[in-house]
Amino acid sequence: MQPARKRKIRLVVALTAAVVLATALVVTSFSASSEAVSPSGLKSAKAGVAYQLTGKVLDGSVRTTSSGVDFRVRDRNGSASVPVTYSGAVPDPFREGREVIVTVRKQGAGFVGERDSLITKCPSKFTEDATPH
Amino acid sequence: MATVGRALLILALATAAYGIFASIYGARTGRSQWVVSGRRAVYAVAALCTGAFGILEYAFLTSDFSFATVASHSSTTTPLFYRAAAAWSSQEGSLMLWLWLLSLWSSLVLFLTRRSLRIVAPYATAVLLGFAVFFAGLLVFLETPFGLSQGFVAEGTGLNPLLRHPSMMIHPPMLYSGYTLFAIPFAFAVGALVTRQVGAADWIRSTRRFALGAWFFLGIGILLGARWSYTELGWGGYWAWDPVENASLLPWLTGTAFLHSIMLQEKRGMLKIWNVSLVLATGVLAIMGTFLVRSGILDSIHAFGASTLGVPFVILIGAMIAGSIGLVVWRRQALRSENRLDSMLSREAVFLGNNLVLVAMAFVVFWGTFWPLIAEALTGTRRSLGPPWFDRYTVPLALVLVLLSGIGPVIAWRRATAANARRNFVFPIGVGLATGAVLSAFLGVASRPLALAMFVVGAFVFATVAQEFWRGVAARRTMTGEGPLRALRSLVARNRRRYGGYIIHVGMATLFIGVAASTAFNDARDIRLDVGQTAHVGGYDFRYVKPTSRLSTTGSGELEKISFGAVVVVSKDGRTVTTLRPERGYFPSLDVNGLGPVGRFFEGEATSEVGLRAGLRRDIWTAMTPDIRALLPIIRDGDRVFRNAAGKLAPAAEAAALGQALRGLANRYTQNPPPATFRIITSPLVTWIWLGAIIVFGGAIIAMWPGTDSTRRRAKARYAARVAQELGAGDDDDPAEPQPDEREHERPVVV
Repeated sequence: MQPARKRKIRLVVALTAAVVLATALVVTSFSASSEAVSPSGLKSAKAGVAYQLTGKVLDGSVRTTSSGVDFRVRDRNGSASVPVTYSGAVPDPFREGREVIVTVRKQGAGFVGERDSLITKCPSKFTEDATPH
Repeated sequence: MATVGRALLILALATAAYGIFASIYGARTGRSQWVVSGRRAVYAVAALCTGAFGILEYAFLTSDFSFATVASHSSTTTPLFYRAAAAWSSQEGSLMLWLWLLSLWSSLVLFLTRRSLRIVAPYATAVLLGFAVFFAGLLVFLETPFGLSQGFVAEGTGLNPLLRHPSMMIHPPMLYSGYTLFAIPFAFAVGALVTRQVGAADWIRSTRRFALGAWFFLGIGILLGARWSYTELGWGGYWAWDPVENASLLPWLTGTAFLHSIMLQEKRGMLKIWNVSLVLATGVLAIMGTFLVRSGILDSIHAFGASTLGVPFVILIGAMIAGSIGLVVWRRQALRSENRLDSMLSREAVFLGNNLVLVAMAFVVFWGTFWPLIAEALTGTRRSLGPPWFDRYTVPLALVLVLLSGIGPVIAWRRATAANARRNFVFPIGVGLATGAVLSAFLGVASRPLALAMFVVGAFVFATVAQEFWRGVAARRTMTGEGPLRALRSLVARNRRRYGGYIIHVGMATLFIGVAASTAFNDARDIRLDVGQTAHVGGYDFRYVKPTSRLSTTGSGELEKISFGAVVVVSKDGRTVTTLRPERGYFPSLDVNGLGPVGRFFEGEATSEVGLRAGLRRDIWTAMTPDIRALLPIIRDGDRVFRNAAGKLAPAAEAAALGQALRGLANRYTQNPPPATFRIITSPLVTWIWLGAIIVFGGAIIAMWPGTDSTRRRAKARYAARVAQELGAGDDDDPAEPQPDEREHERPVVV
């Protein structure tokens, strides 16, 4: 086979592989991903579907349980809040008023947090409002 | 003092702007004194930034709370080391560090290349100063580190206890060194493209060490983050595919591809488009990484607040991408390969494959990281991808990568023959297969085929490197009759790039083996234990022997935190293996409003002290969370007592009483311990990850080390080139290449 022809074939194979990988990526990203929502977005939540809930921990809502923690998550800017029952590792920075990300599924009137999916954002770096006293 | 700092920054901004103009003007009009002036502007910017950063550091070290940033990130009770490091724990401080490092490396590279690269250097200078203008502009107009506090501030907020760890303090400077060092080859690539010097390998040769240095520091930064996560955070993992972790990994992946790919350009004049594209992409990704951490556009554990910096960064990144693509397309003639791929079974093909795999990995990580934004743009709803999705694609790619790292150094150039393959691959393949067989038969590893595959491939790599060293030493001994150790030393010393590279490959294989083993074969359990109870995890018995509690004070005697912990005895088959002491420390909240002096301690930050017994074969890891619900009534009572006594006690007496109350609380916990929740993990070969990383960095240092052999070779090459020129031996008739008399450097000669 002519070298030029060989090169063309190689290029076609490489491009095809790239397209296949990219397609696999795109297709699986839709099915493998969970919708990221805020508490007000969860009003229309479907039972059993995983959602990535982001928001702030509502002040006064944290109750430690034997397996984890129960708390409410509220909108970053707003008052809508939802209850979350979570069991698993509670991150060190977890605290009322902090921003959290947790994967939840609707169960009854509340939401159950997926084990070990609770992430609390590190609070102190780059906050503009730390007021010295 | 703050005003001096601000003035220095404004001066730096102005000087950088001037330097851009001077460099380009000098380059275009051929007036070298302007080019020199432009270079001196870089030195001046470095000096000004050193001054500004010095002022900032001094303010932190002396706890000068008139600086707003010192007041909000440090305190007199913060230990000295962390006070110094707190300088870059803020948005503005970290930008200052970035700018300072950029100015230092820029000065260094321009100093080292001041007599060479005269055509490319002015444009590279302009690009580097362009970055300086951007960051200085941010610091002057948007996020100043020299803002003043409102009124008098007696005590600062202090550094977040979570960050009070040496790794966490070195992590940002390492990362920023990596990012800023990648700006150097980026700038020189732009300069080479603009001046059509891309065909020559000089711009690569002069900046290769900077790219390697960047890769080195960025790698250390990433590793430190992983290690900190494992040893300090309470989840027991080292990588979470978090957006900010990924953002630092992206330029590292393309940087790795670049470091390999340029070898092919130097040896065979191939992959020129790949090389410029890779280095430009790495520069863009480095800026993107810097941006992502502080932008708040992606939900991440690290995303530190939304900010006003989003728009300027997006504009810069957009300009970099558009400019890069434009330059590559514009200069594509100069980027034509001098040689073609002869066979798929050749070292050239392996290099190309290496590029493809690393870029594919980078694409996967990029896609997964930005997926929330892409999905939002496409469908209107934000969606996010978790670690399983990332693992699905990166694991097979990593397998191929490690395999290629074993094949590449050994396979022949141009075309591998059967005889050649036999000579080089029989032993390593044998070792790999034997390892796989032994592991399957005796350790039951076959239940996790992907992990088994990684072990096999890793063993293959070890064998190829061992073979190379063996043959190299043998050849050297034949030549010189040296003893084996001396031969090894001189072999490595004379071929630092090659053997340093081999060591890096061994380190990477070790690291990947560690990742594979610890991920596939770990045992993790969350369990609630009463004192005296035992948990069984991973073949070990964990007995909660007794609770612990203690108060910690700072150097000045002030109460720093109260900790509740446990003593856990780990045994196997009745024999004690180790004793672990996990703890949870509670730092007082600084918000005095509405919180009693005792309750304050449980409304502030909490940190985990992990109980870890690391070993070459396996790690035993535990973290605990005490159940302090039973203590809450006592805490409330304590607060009430202090409220009633408010104003009736002298401060010293009040402090003493608080100490007593907390001590009582601590004793109460140990005397009447409630059950505690433990996370227990046993995972094999985690230490191999850290060991592998150390080996990688050792190999990188060897590879980076300047050697007399390179100067000798360069002199020889220069001489050979001149002779060739004299004899009229023409170069290939590439019209884009500048004519010999226009160039002041030697042609790239394959040595």
